[in-house]
Amino acid sequence: MSAHRPVLKVSGLTRLFGPGCDACLSSTGPEQETNRCVHCGTTVACADVSFDIGEGEVLGIVGESGSGKSTVAGCLAFDVPASAGEARLCTLPGANMFELDAAARRRLRAMEIGIVYQTPQQGLRLDVTAGGNVAERLLSADWRHVGQIRERAGNLLERTEIPRARMDEPPRIFSGGMRQRVQLAKALAHKPSLLILDEPTTGLDVSVQARILDLIQEIQREAGVATIVISHDLGVIRLLTERTLVMRLGRVVEAGLTDQILDDPQHPYTQLLVNSALT
Amino acid sequence: MAYTAVRGGEAAVEAAGRIEREYAAAGTVSAEDVQTSLPYLVDQVISEARLYAPELAARAIAEARGDVAEAVFLLRAYRSTLDRVSNSLALDTDTMRVTRRISSAFKDIPGGQLLGGTRDYTQRLLGRGALAGAASETETDVRGDGGEGLLPRVTDLLRDQGLVAERSSDEDPEEPYDLTRQPLRIPTPRSGRLQGLAGSETGAISALAYSSMRGFGPGHPVPADFRIGYLPLLVEHPYADVPVEIGEIYCTECEMVHHAEDEPGSGGLGMGYGFTLGRNERKAISMAILDDAIEVGNARATGPAAPAEDEEFVLYHVDGLESTGFLEHLKLPHYVTFQSGLDRLRYANMDGE
Amino acid sequence: MRADALLDQVVDSAEPEYNFAFLDERTKRAIRRAALKGVAIPGHQVPFGSREMPIARGWGTGGLQLSLALIGPHDVFKAIDQGSDDSVNAVNIRHFVAAMSGVETVTATAEATIIQSRHRIPEETLRPDQVLVLQVPKPEPLSRIEPRVARSQKMHAEGDYASMWLSLYEGVALSGDISMGADYPAIVNGNYLMAPSPIPRWDMPKLHHAPFLTLFGAGREKRIYAVPPYTSVEPLEFSDYHFRVEEFPSPCQLCGATDTFLDEHVDPHGGGSTYSCSDTAYCAARREGSQA
Repeated sequence: MSAHRPVLKVSGLTRLFGPGCDACLSSTGPEQETNRCVHCGTTVACADVSFDIGEGEVLGIVGESGSGKSTVAGCLAFDVPASAGEARLCTLPGANMFELDAAARRRLRAMEIGIVYQTPQQGLRLDVTAGGNVAERLLSADWRHVGQIRERAGNLLERTEIPRARMDEPPRIFSGGMRQRVQLAKALAHKPSLLILDEPTTGLDVSVQARILDLIQEIQREAGVATIVISHDLGVIRLLTERTLVMRLGRVVEAGLTDQILDDPQHPYTQLLVNSALT
Repeated sequence: MAYTAVRGGEAAVEAAGRIEREYAAAGTVSAEDVQTSLPYLVDQVISEARLYAPELAARAIAEARGDVAEAVFLLRAYRSTLDRVSNSLALDTDTMRVTRRISSAFKDIPGGQLLGGTRDYTQRLLGRGALAGAASETETDVRGDGGEGLLPRVTDLLRDQGLVAERSSDEDPEEPYDLTRQPLRIPTPRSGRLQGLAGSETGAISALAYSSMRGFGPGHPVPADFRIGYLPLLVEHPYADVPVEIGEIYCTECEMVHHAEDEPGSGGLGMGYGFTLGRNERKAISMAILDDAIEVGNARATGPAAPAEDEEFVLYHVDGLESTGFLEHLKLPHYVTFQSGLDRLRYANMDGE
Repeated sequence: MRADALLDQVVDSAEPEYNFAFLDERTKRAIRRAALKGVAIPGHQVPFGSREMPIARGWGTGGLQLSLALIGPHDVFKAIDQGSDDSVNAVNIRHFVAAMSGVETVTATAEATIIQSRHRIPEETLRPDQVLVLQVPKPEPLSRIEPRVARSQKMHAEGDYASMWLSLYEGVALSGDISMGADYPAIVNGNYLMAPSPIPRWDMPKLHHAPFLTLFGAGREKRIYAVPPYTSVEPLEFSDYHFRVEEFPSPCQLCGATDTFLDEHVDPHGGGSTYSCSDTAYCAARREGSQA
């Protein structure tokens, strides 16, 4: 277990797409070789996912597409509702964040949770200025002084290597790598307690990837923010994370220290993942 | 300046109305002429006005001097002043006395293809139509008395074979959503959707339905059963508690299917429903297409894929009274708002200097 | 039969009989209930079963339905459009209300009990016993950033106005200042974001803690909402970029007023602009007062 001050505790997180029945959980998972319930056709995107994460810690979630790793991120960012389970954030003691009402969820998301999505369309308004994208989170948090907002947004964009002179340009005209950096600046705008990076460098050129990963690592350390990195890429996981969950067909099949998992995988699926990796 | 004059607005309004009345007085078309000579126009107006009153519609058309939107407007405004005496029982369209019925889905159908009166298979040569005395047998719009009686429904045959996607409805069939008393809410129950489409402007839904057929919507539709005829209108007797027939309405019904095996929320054939007061073939077809398209759009996990599939987009923009009113209000003076915007613009320019 | 009788009446007679104030009493009650709900939840758009009126959608049917639902035989009615009693649509509405209710109509603001207006609030401060009815073309302040009603309603429910603030921010970032003209959005009672109807910014301060009731009617969009007396109406602004009312370079050429919203008259011969009060009744009263 981590020695860090706990920031987020997730237990039993489950997300179903479909009507759901009593047999959904027992009829799906790696042993059943499916995430689709044969009885009612429900897709069990993730089930019984539990982990915790401490201040400044970086947790990886690795798995192939369809493993449910992005659903975990989506539930924590309230993009999709959790079907069951709880998540407790240290800044909101005593409350299961999945049970908050819509307004409170929105507020929590705006104040405490930053996310970088794989596709910038999901995380950015491409036709709003880069500065405006960062500003939106500050405005959500009731910042009402344009000068201060621009100062903060400009600093963050500079920190993520977007020249301040370009802060009034829309990300629509930016390159893929720049868009991801704007997303990162936006995610960090209001000093979140939790940062989620959902395949942040997938689809980028290898050289661009490397630069962004370095940047993420630097900024994450500076900010000391608890971070979840979702990736199918073991290289990304190895570089960024200290602990890792391995997911397959909606379930966690292995969890532990990243180095240990990658060097001495226990679960057959993890072994397959590690052995088939190019790196 | 004249129309927003600081002085003289009252006199100008009066004069404008007088000129219009003088134009109107020059016309000689009576409501009776309209009703007998322009039945398609009357039917379009009663359908868009959502009021089955052919005599009143004819009068409205005459008073509006052929401006269809204006005639619909007159009729709807008049309807607003009427008390609701009673609600009819839900119509059972199986009881329609059919005057025209076709199915494009099959060559032979039980009861047969019944063309009735139609211009569909004539050449549209100006000067050689009915008025020129060259009318063929099928060209006249003789309604017919529905002597063919009741006909089995093609869609029932498909349904019996389990080929038609069931459109789920948890609504009370006796208490449909009433768009004349409740504003539209999205999502709306199917009865609200059908009502919105049934009272829509013909041109508006034609364009949207056409867009769906061209690819901005689900696949190519086929009218499985398309019929025109008379439907008995029943009300519950206030004392005896039995249904009483109080008259008939002439109407168009269209059941449209399309192959929807790969589409969400469907099993086999997707189906849409169209119904209009009076004979409005284009409109009934368009309505059925849009009903179907919206159903598909609602079932898509990622939301509607085209304007015609988008319930909110369609239903908020097809009411003729709403669209024409708002479009025409642009003719009203807007100089205060314009001034307010101008002030911002000048301020911004000043800043730049 | 009753339906037949109705039909005969309208088909046979040139002038059908209409109810007092046009609408039937049940409809009026439904509209008053919506207005009361609006008063109870300031700034919240209450859906109502908007009727089809003899004037066109978008021409003040919402305001008209409110006026007709409120009016009694002893009311005194005033209608203005762009501040003027004599503007074409105001004339039409005034004629209609007078014809359907027989109430007295006036141009003097102080004498009216119900004032229906499009795009202006009279310059004279209204009293608690007067009701202002504003015609609303677009009741949804969020429509400029979110055209979907289903989504904008959710945004209101969650108090999610960040995207509205963002559009203000973008105006400042790109053009140096808040770029909104008329229909300037405001937070009502510290809660809901409201479209005040396309009144100029000049009129916004008149709504804030006003002693009178303002009702907003959107007939085409089928919404009624209200600002009850003594309720806060705060236009959106930043602490370093402020909401500002319109400015005019010269006073009213007719009455000399410097504290009114003015209409600009452009000289076609290039002689520059002159200005006169948009509130014509106020201007006329000032001129009469100075002569007396």
